[in-house]
Amino acid sequence: MIRVALPFHLRTLARVDGEVTLVVDGPVTQGSILDALEARYPMLRGTIRDHATRRRRALVRFFACKEDVTHAAPDALLPAAIASGIEPFRIVGAIAGG
Amino acid sequence: MTAIRVLVGTRKGAFILTADAKRAKWSVDGPHFAGWEIYHMKGSPADPDRIYVSQTSSWFGQIIQRSSDGGKTWETPGSPPADLVDAATGMPKAESNKFVYDTSAKTGKPLTTHQWYDGTQHPWEFKRVWHLEPSLDDADTAYAGVEDAALFRTTDGGKSWHELAGLRGHGTGPKWQPGAGGMGVHTILLDRKDPKRIFVAISAAGTFRTDDGGKTWQPINKGLKSQYIPDPTAEVGHCVHRIAMHPSRPKTLFMQKHWDVMRSDDGGANWREISGDLPSDFGFPIDVHAHEPETIYVVPIKSDSEHYPPEGKLRVYRSRAGGNEWEPLTKGLPQKDCYVNVLRDSMAVDSLDPCGVYFGTTGGQVYASADGGDSWTAIVRDLPAVLSVEVQALE
Repeated sequence: MIRVALPFHLRTLARVDGEVTLVVDGPVTQGSILDALEARYPMLRGTIRDHATRRRRALVRFFACKEDVTHAAPDALLPAAIASGIEPFRIVGAIAGG
Repeated sequence: MTAIRVLVGTRKGAFILTADAKRAKWSVDGPHFAGWEIYHMKGSPADPDRIYVSQTSSWFGQIIQRSSDGGKTWETPGSPPADLVDAATGMPKAESNKFVYDTSAKTGKPLTTHQWYDGTQHPWEFKRVWHLEPSLDDADTAYAGVEDAALFRTTDGGKSWHELAGLRGHGTGPKWQPGAGGMGVHTILLDRKDPKRIFVAISAAGTFRTDDGGKTWQPINKGLKSQYIPDPTAEVGHCVHRIAMHPSRPKTLFMQKHWDVMRSDDGGANWREISGDLPSDFGFPIDVHAHEPETIYVVPIKSDSEHYPPEGKLRVYRSRAGGNEWEPLTKGLPQKDCYVNVLRDSMAVDSLDPCGVYFGTTGGQVYASADGGDSWTAIVRDLPAVLSVEVQALE
């Protein structure tokens, strides 16, 4: 099981508390995690990456094992600790005022 | 028993204010969608308990929320369990927040460019829904005015949205440019007497009209003069802040422009200034009395550089003559040290008699008048900055 930590506003939108857990088939990457997340919680489609272009929204960042992996390729393999569920994949709203 | 429900969108959530027909004692429910910007929320005339909400975030984009019970519960249309998976494709649905410009050859227009702040051309990019206008007779149909400027429509209760591409693509689009707050469709007026006629206003492109249900559009800005653009009488490029009409007289339109209050009596074909003796003709909202089509309301703001009331006095101005002659309405409003703004979508009228008038401020107050503007009360005063106010009279 993959653990995903969502920011507050996406937890309220998805109506979940704390982390969510997902089953990801195949390689564990940013893209496969987001695919699984959006399939399980369709209301999150468009909030993390653009509906049409599939590109990450500008003020959303990704962390894995305390490393900023925001700019890693969407199909790059994530660390084994993420794939095994030891560490959560963190989706974070950038600190940008407001 | 008639009840009044005021729908308030703020920078940090939505609030629902309710009262009985006396409009004297109010209860406050909220925040809904706490922490999100609520650009607009509006109930359906066909089913007042159907409410559409534009919930936005610079971080997480656009969400459409919908209530079918007057705001007690909410859903993102298309994402309840029954709707989760499209039987044909096996793919998840929940595309209620998917606003994609229509560039198809059959129904759409090429995604061309509009004018950017520096005069160069810039591609259209969807940012948020500024205004939601439910259909007059079908609760599942609603229009969305969006930034970058375009008009979308849903006919399935908000599950999916499709662009009426004739507006963006009718020809003058490359000359449209954003105002300081962006380039969005902020006003949508539906004509009760002619279902195929729709008016929209765009900051900062001007006012447009369709007579065929949204297929084709024409600019209707003749008579506007804007000294801040290269050609003050240009066909498009005017920073229209708001337009309003009385339902019984849809050919008469009132406009609060960046500067100037204007009027048209021929469906927007020609405009004339009616600023008259206002202390400032800059402002954002404008609205029309529910029972007196020649009675209109504006909130003068000092200038485009100083977005607060002249002299620190919050005054609604009322004209009973359809413009030019204005009277200040001050009873119950702060008359010193008041430096709030009143945004374009933050004024509404109810249909009771006497007519109720409501407006919200960037200081978080919502003021109400139960006597057509003669006197005012802050029905709530410490909300986040108010972005929009709508009102419903419920039986």
